[in-house]
Amino acid sequence: MCTTCGCSDKVHASVTDPDTGDTEALHTLDGHDGHEHHHHDHAHGHEHHHDHVHDHATTVALNEEILAKNNRFAERNRGWFAGRNILALNLLSAPGSGKTTLLERTLRDLKDELTIQVIEGDQATTQDAERIRATGCKVVQINTGTGCHLEADMLARGLQRLAPPLSSIVMIENVGNLVCPALFDLGERAKIVILSVTEGEDKPIKYPHMFRAAQVMILNKTDLLAYVDFDVDRCLAYARQVNPRLRIFQLSATKGTGLADWYAWLRAEMKASCSDSLPLDEEALARG
Amino acid sequence: MHELGITQGIIELVAERAAGAKVNVLRLEIGKLSAIMPDAIRFCFDLCAQDTALDGAQLEIIEIPGRGRCRQCGGELAMEDFLARCECGSIDLECIAGEQLKIKEMEVV
Repeated sequence: MCTTCGCSDKVHASVTDPDTGDTEALHTLDGHDGHEHHHHDHAHGHEHHHDHVHDHATTVALNEEILAKNNRFAERNRGWFAGRNILALNLLSAPGSGKTTLLERTLRDLKDELTIQVIEGDQATTQDAERIRATGCKVVQINTGTGCHLEADMLARGLQRLAPPLSSIVMIENVGNLVCPALFDLGERAKIVILSVTEGEDKPIKYPHMFRAAQVMILNKTDLLAYVDFDVDRCLAYARQVNPRLRIFQLSATKGTGLADWYAWLRAEMKASCSDSLPLDEEALARG
Repeated sequence: MHELGITQGIIELVAERAAGAKVNVLRLEIGKLSAIMPDAIRFCFDLCAQDTALDGAQLEIIEIPGRGRCRQCGGELAMEDFLARCECGSIDLECIAGEQLKIKEMEVV
């Protein structure tokens, strides 16, 4: 559990009584020391500038992206992948949704057809990497320590170690977390969010940033639908409400059902990724 | 690590740009549809700023409201969240404001 994310949950926290619809904002982290914070009443909806008197103060425009550093590393990774015809996919989900099981299954089923290697992201242990390794696939584990998501520079270091071959697929299994990983571009071609039917159908609207950032959603553990109270249609409607362009696959990684469409998508993406990253087609240029 | 790491990154970048000058005020623009919570940044700021050019600096966060453009009818609308719906009924909206995370400016002495 990430303490910072825990914090941020609390800072904008509010208490809502679903019976009455009443919401009370909690500002638990305000005014925590001797510095004067100019916190405004949040009902204003925006902040006003104060008239500060700063002798000889000079205003310097910066206009830098807050995530500029990560974004620079991500672009570098993207170029690195393109130059090697590598399709990079960022797999995201809550812990326990079946990312590793889906990977194991995919690796075994496609091993004669596609070269797939894996970067495993977890806070601790190499257990997932061991599971992937048992399929005969090359894998590198990144442990983030207290960090709850992978960042582009961590991935760059993992890739150096992995050294994936030309024209292959790199699957990046991010740290199990539906919050922060949505924010950090790793240089992947697509983000794939995995949701399992044991988690609740309202996850897409509870974690809209993640489902909005993804291009693909995999609804996993469909073999358990008979045992859980999960409305598939409602879940898919929620997902499309947050992200109308989301591509959705329904499957069971353990039972092996519904995998064909996912595999077809992988093959098509591999092809598309290769043609996108080809150097200029000189013959086509000559033909005009 | 999320707002904490992000705050550390902001301070690192600003301190570098200040090139030895003392920063009195730092202004950020944070979109209301971004996954960053201004209060969490405020919470981390004083701690992260200690012993840097931003020690004691005042942090001002300008929150930018969400705005969307409908991909169906082309109309623009305010987006409170990602569940917004256009008057024409479409939910296929392009977010045109409210996702930015920007270090806008600093006041140095």
